[in-house]
Amino acid sequence: MNSSRIFILIGSFIIFTLVQVLILKNLVLFGVAFCFLHVLFILLLPIETKTIPSLLIAFGLGLMVDLFYDTIGIHTASLLIVAFIKKPWIKILTPTGGYDDNLQPSMLNMGFGWFATFSVPLFLIYNIAFFFIESLGTDLFIPVVQKIIASTIFVFVMSIIVQLLFYRRRRGI
Amino acid sequence: MQRILLFLYSLRAFLLFVFLEAIAIWLIVSFNSQQGSAFFNSSNQFSGKILGAQNNISDYFSLAEVNKRLLDTNAELLAALEVLRKPADSVYIQLDSAFESSFEFKGAKVINNSIRLSQNHLTINKGANQGIKPGMGVFNGQGVVGRVKGVSNNFATVISLLHTDLLVSSKIESSEVFGSIKWDGNNPKFAKMLYVPRHVKVQKGDKVVTSGYNAIFPEGIAIGTISEVKQGADTNYLDITVELSTDFTRISYVYLVENTVEQELDSLYNSSGISNE
Repeated sequence: MNSSRIFILIGSFIIFTLVQVLILKNLVLFGVAFCFLHVLFILLLPIETKTIPSLLIAFGLGLMVDLFYDTIGIHTASLLIVAFIKKPWIKILTPTGGYDDNLQPSMLNMGFGWFATFSVPLFLIYNIAFFFIESLGTDLFIPVVQKIIASTIFVFVMSIIVQLLFYRRRRGI
Repeated sequence: MQRILLFLYSLRAFLLFVFLEAIAIWLIVSFNSQQGSAFFNSSNQFSGKILGAQNNISDYFSLAEVNKRLLDTNAELLAALEVLRKPADSVYIQLDSAFESSFEFKGAKVINNSIRLSQNHLTINKGANQGIKPGMGVFNGQGVVGRVKGVSNNFATVISLLHTDLLVSSKIESSEVFGSIKWDGNNPKFAKMLYVPRHVKVQKGDKVVTSGYNAIFPEGIAIGTISEVKQGADTNYLDITVELSTDFTRISYVYLVENTVEQELDSLYNSSGISNE
């Protein structure tokens, strides 16, 4: 990984955080569909990223988002789960012939089908963890399930749009 | 020994995961309580500045609405003042300091708000330097908004009424029956009124206001109107749904109220062994 890619990663970290807390925080469709697009940043870390760096990045990103959502620790805990199971999950999904080096697991590089099987379960796990912890101590089962399903669909659609608009093949932003 | 170390080393990613997850859970448990510290939330200097800058921009889109509200409030206050105005030929005697107001009011601007989670918070642009203290009540022209949770030097976080842990002491205006308002986490327009006994006659459309019993809010600040009364599953209490008068989707300016005699009240309660809410 050369230094220009590290700068691109840092830049997209800041952009993802700012977009999340300044714009997407106020965007809740129909009162149930939240857009936690910052999860996409963790998903799009290069395939060869080890689990330990992704855990540390997820911890930092989660804390930043939590600061602005006033949900201290909840985003962090959910994001850590995603960062931890991302690597094994990528290994399970290895296509025949393996991955190229330095590849970003984005839709443009891997194709829509692969990206859907890769990202939807991770988004789902994130939303389940977040809304479950967030509603602990209340007896809101049906609304929580609605929120989980609606948010997963919404964030998946948003992540496809963002990748089509701002990402190029084989490279970062 | 070496084997154990090698074994731990092979598990290092998992151990780091457990460690960081434990930190996150510790944060959840210790900072999400009602009386949290102001450090790890949106009222610290760093996030407060960023949210303030964002609010400076988005403010322009709600200016017309805010102006209209202020005009309405002004008109109401002018009408109220008209009643109190002293006729020129009358003499007034100061009766007793016990009748003097024990509340102080301040204004602030909301720079961050959420309504869709089950534990919602607001951030306002005033803090300890401007005399904001944890525990102060927050309301606007329409009704009750919440209660201050933590303050930093220039910002403060407020627990919204739309927070499943916040109870506000309230009463039904017409019948003077007391209860507690609590949000059930579903719809940001409605809340529940708890602890109203079954024998009480409750009408749909009755107004619900603060009771002035818990020393946070003065008596008579609007909370909402009763929209539904059911017998409910509980054998002792009615199941009352209140339509909140505050429109939480568009809060831009709020008032804060401080009870200047709260300390005296608290020490009185303590010395006589009563816990007040």
